[in-house]
Amino acid sequence: MTDTTIDLARRIRLQCLHMCHTKRASHLGGAFSVADVLAVLYGGLLTADPSQPRAPQRDRVFYSKGHACTALYATLAETGYYDKSALDTFTDNGSYFTSHVNHKVPGVELSTGSLGHALSVAAGVALAGKRRQAAWHTYAIVSDGELDEGSNWEAILFAPHHRLDNLTLIVDYNKIQSFGSTAEVLNLDPLAGKFKAFNWETIEVDGHDHAALAAALSKEGRSGKPRVVIAHTVKGKGVSFMEHQLAWHYKSPDAAQFAAARAELLQEDQA
Amino acid sequence: MRNSFITTLMAQAAQDERIFLLCGDLGYSVLEPFAEAYPDRFINVGIAEQNMVGLATGLSMEGYTVFCYSIGNFPTLRAMEQIRYDVAYHEANVKIIAVGGGYAYGPLSTSHHTTEELGMLRTIPGMVVTAPGDPAEVDAMTAFIAQHKGPCYMRLNKAGEARLHPQPPALKLGDIVPVRVADAGATAAVFATGDMVGYAARYLAQHAPHIDLYSFPFVNPIDRAQLAALAARYRHVATLEEHQANGGFGSAVLERLHDLLSDGALAALPAIQRIAIPNAFISSAGSQDFLREKMGLQLDGWHASLS
Repeated sequence: MTDTTIDLARRIRLQCLHMCHTKRASHLGGAFSVADVLAVLYGGLLTADPSQPRAPQRDRVFYSKGHACTALYATLAETGYYDKSALDTFTDNGSYFTSHVNHKVPGVELSTGSLGHALSVAAGVALAGKRRQAAWHTYAIVSDGELDEGSNWEAILFAPHHRLDNLTLIVDYNKIQSFGSTAEVLNLDPLAGKFKAFNWETIEVDGHDHAALAAALSKEGRSGKPRVVIAHTVKGKGVSFMEHQLAWHYKSPDAAQFAAARAELLQEDQA
Repeated sequence: MRNSFITTLMAQAAQDERIFLLCGDLGYSVLEPFAEAYPDRFINVGIAEQNMVGLATGLSMEGYTVFCYSIGNFPTLRAMEQIRYDVAYHEANVKIIAVGGGYAYGPLSTSHHTTEELGMLRTIPGMVVTAPGDPAEVDAMTAFIAQHKGPCYMRLNKAGEARLHPQPPALKLGDIVPVRVADAGATAAVFATGDMVGYAARYLAQHAPHIDLYSFPFVNPIDRAQLAALAARYRHVATLEEHQANGGFGSAVLERLHDLLSDGALAALPAIQRIAIPNAFISSAGSQDFLREKMGLQLDGWHASLS
């Protein structure tokens, strides 16, 4: 699986780059940091049928990083939820491909963009799954800066109290939020310690290591607790001049940057 | 009203297994029968209203009809963005229930004065915003929103309100409910919402039996044809609400009436007096009746002006 998911991650990043370049859009850094998580999930780990995005037996994915929409839109296009040409309408007048995630797009469970919403909704869905003893699993993907929102911590208290072991929270811990590093703005550390104290099964992984992600995100071996996977990631991952740079939360690549970034992504071979 | 709510919700839950009740750690001596009868469909989520509304959205996505119960501002203003973005935008089948509307918890201070939520909620697309006028209307409205697909809000007063209707009125979306209508010739009417209907019924019975009274259990939407008919029938109308004047029930009535005028559906408007809280907080303690009087929520001034 790893080789194919690495290739999928590369294609996701190339699509994100293209969308942000052609539509002068932002949030490329956070799209690149989460691309490997999405590639591992949608590259075979999820129970999913792209031709039936609302099939009752599907695993549910709640993508709270609404601003990093290009990564999810690209993932869904690359895995067959709709034709890749649909991405050409991104941000166009009248398009459902808005620059924060839109549930009108096939495969998107919830519109997000205001931070701190999706985990509660995912917990409600997981609760329904528990009450009905459903086989499917619920994933929520949050950014790190988003954990500043108090509503998340209400849900983080709730999920273990109700033993939602059909819920996996993934934190894209790229260490940079909108206006500075998480360490400078509002320190989250020790993040794993906080989740452990809140009674979550807590796993830390390199968020760009596909084998490690696949193991951590597996639905097997759940033990009565919700699981958090703290994915240590790099903002702008995959393009040297974007990595660890706050500016790529906002900037849109110009023609020269697009070409240089594309060349790097095409060369990159982590397998 | 709260007892009517839970009694009717129990009856609904008995025949509709989709009904789920969440509370924000409030509902002592009210919600226990539901919790005992339907433990699989009840959760006290703790004092965490934003999470409650998010959870409700998620549960509704899996087919539940989810009621969220708490006091006044907590399941409404505290979770307003969740109501807008999670519930309303996704057309989730979530019902927000607030007990303690207006000054029902008067002595508990401004934190518990629920006097802005109708206006805030009625701006949200798709929200059905309701404030039944007596326990019978609460019965009818609880049954209505349980079966109406989509986001709803219901404001309750508290407990012990007099019943104004012998039976729960049949309710369709937007209905206006007559409470007392003279046999002929009345030229003035009170349009009231929430527990102010009860106050108006007492006042008019004692002081002005020739003035008609209508309850507006729906603040949004309000049935257009029914409103147009009433506006054509009366020369003087007072709107009465336990809510700030800006953006509340009276504002909704004025907006709708002016739309009818602009559209040519009405030839003229009656003289309309809006009776509402004058866009102010009140810092002193006091009973619901005391605070209403202090903030001018009374009919006597308007009534005197008619003669």
